[in-house]
Amino acid sequence: MVDEDRIAAPWGARTPYAPGEPWPVRVDGQLQDGIGPDDVERWVPTASLLHSNGDAMDIAVRDGRMVGVRGRAGDRVNHGRLGPKDLFGWQAGASPDRLTRPLIREGGRLVECDGETAMGRVVARSKELLDQRGPGSIGFYTTGQLFLEEYYTLAVIAHAGIGTNHLDGNTRLCTATAAESLKQTFGSDGQPGSYTDIDHADTIALFGHNMAETQAVSWMRILDRLAGASPPRLVCVDPRATPVAQRATVHLAPRGGTNVALLNALLHEIIRTDRVDHAYVREHAVGYEELTKCVAPCTPAWAAEICDVPARAIAEAAEILGASQRLLSTVLQGVYQSHQATAAAVQINNLHLLRGMLGRPGAGVLQMNGQPTAQNTRECGANGDLPGFRNWQNEAHIADLARVWNVEPLSIPHYGPPTHALQMFRYAEQGSIGMLWISGTNPAVSLPELARIRAILSGEGLFTVVQDLFLTETAQLADVVLPAATWGEKTGTFTNADRTVHLSGKAVEPPGQARPDLEIFLDYARRMDFRDKDGAPLVSWHDAESAFEAWKRCSAGRPCDYTGLSYAKLRGADGIQWPCTEQAPGGTERLYAEGFTWAHSEAAESYGKDLVTGAAFEEADYRVRNPDGKAMLRAAEYVPPHEEPTPQFPLRLTTGRTLYHFHTRTKTGRVPQLNAAAPEVWVELSAADAARDGLGEGDLVEVATPRGRVHARLRISGIREGVAFLPFHYGYWDTPLGHRPPDGAGRAANETTITDWDPVSKQPLYKTSAARVTLIARSEGQPSPAPTATASAPVRAHRTHGGQR
Amino acid sequence: MNGVTLTLRTLYHGESALARELVAAADRHRAEHEVHHVATDLAGWSREHVGLLARTGLDYGLDLATDAQPSAPGLPFADPQRATGDRTVRDVAAEVIGPHPESGPLLLLDLRALYLTASGNFLSWEMLAQVAQARKDGRLLGLATACHPRTLRQLRWVNTQLKTLSPQILSSL
Repeated sequence: MVDEDRIAAPWGARTPYAPGEPWPVRVDGQLQDGIGPDDVERWVPTASLLHSNGDAMDIAVRDGRMVGVRGRAGDRVNHGRLGPKDLFGWQAGASPDRLTRPLIREGGRLVECDGETAMGRVVARSKELLDQRGPGSIGFYTTGQLFLEEYYTLAVIAHAGIGTNHLDGNTRLCTATAAESLKQTFGSDGQPGSYTDIDHADTIALFGHNMAETQAVSWMRILDRLAGASPPRLVCVDPRATPVAQRATVHLAPRGGTNVALLNALLHEIIRTDRVDHAYVREHAVGYEELTKCVAPCTPAWAAEICDVPARAIAEAAEILGASQRLLSTVLQGVYQSHQATAAAVQINNLHLLRGMLGRPGAGVLQMNGQPTAQNTRECGANGDLPGFRNWQNEAHIADLARVWNVEPLSIPHYGPPTHALQMFRYAEQGSIGMLWISGTNPAVSLPELARIRAILSGEGLFTVVQDLFLTETAQLADVVLPAATWGEKTGTFTNADRTVHLSGKAVEPPGQARPDLEIFLDYARRMDFRDKDGAPLVSWHDAESAFEAWKRCSAGRPCDYTGLSYAKLRGADGIQWPCTEQAPGGTERLYAEGFTWAHSEAAESYGKDLVTGAAFEEADYRVRNPDGKAMLRAAEYVPPHEEPTPQFPLRLTTGRTLYHFHTRTKTGRVPQLNAAAPEVWVELSAADAARDGLGEGDLVEVATPRGRVHARLRISGIREGVAFLPFHYGYWDTPLGHRPPDGAGRAANETTITDWDPVSKQPLYKTSAARVTLIARSEGQPSPAPTATASAPVRAHRTHGGQR
Repeated sequence: MNGVTLTLRTLYHGESALARELVAAADRHRAEHEVHHVATDLAGWSREHVGLLARTGLDYGLDLATDAQPSAPGLPFADPQRATGDRTVRDVAAEVIGPHPESGPLLLLDLRALYLTASGNFLSWEMLAQVAQARKDGRLLGLATACHPRTLRQLRWVNTQLKTLSPQILSSL
């Protein structure tokens, strides 16, 4: 298969192509040492579970074990390619420290028990709470890494079985703003664009999106365009010198928390130079006058002061965006996890509406996800929305959902938005939530202000159930731990960031008593004896395929319509994009090719929110603003970030990821090649900031904020001045204390982050804390452990490698 | 004192009070992170309104900043980082009970009070716009038109917070 070292050369060799040509196939793969292609007994189709790109692949199986992977040549998403995490990450499932038996807390310690005892305890506590304190005392916090069938089942259990409003996913941390911005602009969630827009675009703008590390395969697609005839021009907005920034025609590196100012200036220039497609705007959008008025004072010179970006660079970027004929924009955490997240993401939608750049090849928006199945968390209503993008404020939508579930409308909580994750933790802190069931996520490392989160999770009054593969930091604080099966050990479907649905097959048996999450949820529903209004079981399905069929009925007639799909159709398919119906049996490549179907008040998922305060509008407001159901140009004024640098904390701290790890390293930290590529936490500073404080490459430093401290070795990188960067992957499961730092400084970035979220999308802000960096010990020649092939590349030094046999 | 100066004075007091109450609520409910951060932002809008009213007042013979303030001279609540207003039993209670459930009802009471203050301002801006039109005073109408929508946004925010938080707080008492 591949001979090159794909740790050192993450994006592999180029296969150049010209606009409008098909992207050439290049099949990547990796087999275990000593195993050749002829030794593989079966290849089991699936797609990537370590990022949101949805790269299709086959798992190689021999003697009941995974022995490798290869990309699927025919799939629309990746044309055979795989990134480093997928080439090596399949090894994680076979780690010797997988959870194989349930655990319960006895006398303050977790001890092994049988499944009956563990589930019995969960059910007993649920019934006790329901009885004594009502459904609002129970919350569910899930993930972006289970399968569609599992989210849908969980959503039915929570919303209609328990009847609680408290169900959210860790998608709150990764993709909540993407969904919210689409609702604000188009009335409903649903990704407008397609990855194939990369094949046609003449301009690609990446806003806070280090695609090279977050969706490595789509970055390969862009690299292949850049290497071919008539390459696209790139505009990059990022405070770091990412691989994207290095290939950009214009790279803007604004001060943290100032995205709205920058974007308003770009829109100001688009309008001033009259790059507006007036006919498109007239026919398809409302709000043009309000937007024009809002951005009128936002000149490049004005924004230059706020963002610390040269005014001429802003004008130049606007000129490129304005001159484009086929513009693709992609957006990720630099926008979503930063101050005024939704307001900023919406301005990018505005850019496309103003320029009429939607719904045709090369003209699209990709409001991205960070996680492989986050799209399903959203559409199934496990993310703080209702299933099928239904509107909790619309009684007709609730009645329709009640019809699908055969329950009374009043039994589905809809007196407010489903509770977002950070609010659930607040309720747990206050004691009004007495049970939290956490599936497939690790809040003891991933939520902000970890000292507080640990205190909540270990509080006496909170009963926590954790369902996971390993004894994560969070699992160590649980009252009941349920061992779960993972990718390749169970069957189900999932959908990537451009709405492509894949069926993921079972290649091997899960270890010990680990069970698929679906099986655990179905078991719980059975034991709780949830019933519909006629006394029949509320959850009537029994396996993945029957759960999928149930979901199809719930999705019917909604934007994410799956009714044209089936397991039989997905088997052997090369990726099908929803909506997929009888009328569109091959799926739908781009949304909004012919108007904005889901923006009518009767259809819309949301009536909109104030982009600064998050205040919800009512149906009547929506009808007045948007009587004909068009797309909405939504204006927002710039508001300064809530935590500005001070003399005591002079730097702006931002957190993020590296190509080689996923989330809290639960899997990738157990993969030798990936772990070796990025073995330990680091912190990045610019050469100017390091020189000013007399710091050098590899020095051990302390990163401190008003909330906590992290010790890390310094990497002097190409990051902008005044900004420090910490990767968020590192926790404590592979340290002596297991779930927390020793007294003093830790290594989890979230020891330091502020508890603050975007009031519109409720996404926590990981990019705008104020911090200081001080010397602990000199490096004595030891470089920082940060990878060198990616955005953390040093100004000068050694090279990351180790993927070659 | 005429109708215009009466309304300007009422608004000046009302916006000052709202800024003060928002800052106080933000300070009392630091553990309610969204309330804390957004109330702090929204207090800024009311402070801006206070400044605009003071400047406008001068042209109508009013020196609001010095003679209309109980704690003249200056605006004691101009610093968003500083809690102002008198410390009440409620402040002390908030510090003592901190993150515990009893702070829930306190939060609802504060939000309810904010709504009432903001709705008073909303109506005062309405009256100012009306008298401005009756007197064909374009400058005054411009002021009211600029500030009135933000008052509505403040109201809506408080209402949304109350609507979202009250089911859990009240059903768990």
